[in-house]
Amino acid sequence: MKVTTRVKDGVTILDLKGKITIGLGDIALRNAVQEAINGGAKHVLINLKEVSTIDSSGVGELVSAYTTATNRGVKLKLTSLPDKVSDILHITQLITVFDVYDTEDEALKSYAA
Amino acid sequence: MPEDNRFHLSIGSRFENIELVQVVLKDALERMGMGEDTLHWVDVAVREAVANAIKHGNELDPAKQVQVDLALEGEDVVVIKVLDQGVGFDPSHLHDPLAPENLLKPSGRGIFYMKSFMDEIHYGPGPDGGGTLVTLRKRLGGPKDPTA
Repeated sequence: MKVTTRVKDGVTILDLKGKITIGLGDIALRNAVQEAINGGAKHVLINLKEVSTIDSSGVGELVSAYTTATNRGVKLKLTSLPDKVSDILHITQLITVFDVYDTEDEALKSYAA
Repeated sequence: MPEDNRFHLSIGSRFENIELVQVVLKDALERMGMGEDTLHWVDVAVREAVANAIKHGNELDPAKQVQVDLALEGEDVVVIKVLDQGVGFDPSHLHDPLAPENLLKPSGRGIFYMKSFMDEIHYGPGPDGGGTLVTLRKRLGGPKDPTA
């Protein structure tokens, strides 16, 4: 999986592309979130638009990212979930835990609100 | 009747080898006529089974093998078997990932996903009594909406 980090409107956006799966994408996600938080980001948005597959390890990393961010006073949100990623989060009821937005613009506005 | 594309794979216990299983599995299931959505969920379930075999069964020892077999049962039930060389596994110790106290745990969802996406899963010892054998079954024509 490839992670690209950019900043827009004061929000650190992580664009994920590929598979968030055990031993590969999960570690890349963990490192990118840690780097953003350690770099002082207070608003982190994970863009999942280009994610093709996520497994339980990837879901676990999203949960860890959320709890780590929350514990450090960082607002971490998700945007642009593909249907199958959304399904995975729904069946484990995690969709109710995360702050999820359909589009990047909606997510960015939510930080400003 | 779907074309029979049974296969047997033996991989070393490295996570990158899961991708090899996925390529062979996808090709076989496409040839059998499995629909795209169903195939995606079977793919995720098998990924979980092989990952568990590598991590928990074989404890990441690359010298230990994971065996993956696919076959048809009757005319339209795909059976996938994943066997590791570990010390065995007791599924009664699993926690419920939907329980409020477990919702934010970073692990413990793999078997739940397997149960959600397959028609049937079964855990037991391998044919010679060692390791863990996971048997996953899915009807070829039976798309299952995991969110239903």
